[in-house]
Amino acid sequence: MNRYFIPLIVFIVLIAFFRIGLNYDPRLVPSPLIDKPVPVFTLPNLRDTATTMSSADLRGQAVLLNVWASWCVECRNEHPVLMEFSQNLKMPVYGLNYKDTREEAIQWLDHYGDPYVQSAFDQSGRVGIDFGVYGVPETFVLDRNGIIRYKHIGPITQKTMEDIILPLLNKLDHPAT
Amino acid sequence: MLQAADVPFEFSTPEQEQRYKDLAEQLRCLVCQNQSLADSHAELAQDLRNEVYRMLVQGQSDKEIIDFLVTRYGDFVLFKPPLKSGTALLWAGPFLMLIGAILIVFRLTRKNARLVSPELSNHDQQRLDTLLKPPADRKRI
Repeated sequence: MNRYFIPLIVFIVLIAFFRIGLNYDPRLVPSPLIDKPVPVFTLPNLRDTATTMSSADLRGQAVLLNVWASWCVECRNEHPVLMEFSQNLKMPVYGLNYKDTREEAIQWLDHYGDPYVQSAFDQSGRVGIDFGVYGVPETFVLDRNGIIRYKHIGPITQKTMEDIILPLLNKLDHPAT
Repeated sequence: MLQAADVPFEFSTPEQEQRYKDLAEQLRCLVCQNQSLADSHAELAQDLRNEVYRMLVQGQSDKEIIDFLVTRYGDFVLFKPPLKSGTALLWAGPFLMLIGAILIVFRLTRKNARLVSPELSNHDQQRLDTLLKPPADRKRI
């Protein structure tokens, strides 16, 4: 009996592992920056060259930092979710405009709507490297001390926003006492 | 091997160039995940190659350069994962399987060894002798 039974069990265990493996997206690389302070940066403001946006601006309350670009197709898909987030819910989202041209980025915002409190202009992508950016769009959730609490890779869907990001922000802004 | 078709880097010594090549070979491109930084044409790979080159020319060690990338992109940038608690099974797995296989082979051969050449009864021995005789001499038993 055993000689048929043992291979069968080994087979079933293997299949179970393969099945679980199917649910993992190999493109989602876990960020080592989770629970680390936001990388220090100072970049020109996208719309106003005279001013800068820096990592210090992201402190004080829980915020989203969204890495985007006008050339990024998926950024269009998540754009309505970010608009809803900033316009209707009055929640703060900052932009990191990644490897873009200033002109095209501003045009994009004027055309589709600007959900950002402000966007930093990272033309070379050097600050993006400090954030471990490898696929735009990416979104970081920062707590009020500027600690990265969550990273979402790819466009934010309505479901991600409602199920993960909003509850997390709520928790970060109103920590249980 | 493909070196991306952009500004070629200039190195002060052949050793430095070799270090650069070695580093770019062992670092993974995050965008096209099965290619190394050296092979990839992704824009990010070019940016990271520039960073590696810049740090190298500044005189930073291989370890400092690798740490720079690992703190930003995680162990995933390394083609060779480091040995730590989370990866222990990954490293030990093949050896555990080898030990398991040796144990199984050992058990099976011992079991077979016991099956070989059981004692023959007198009657069987006689039959065997008869069967092995040339046909002319054979008689019924």
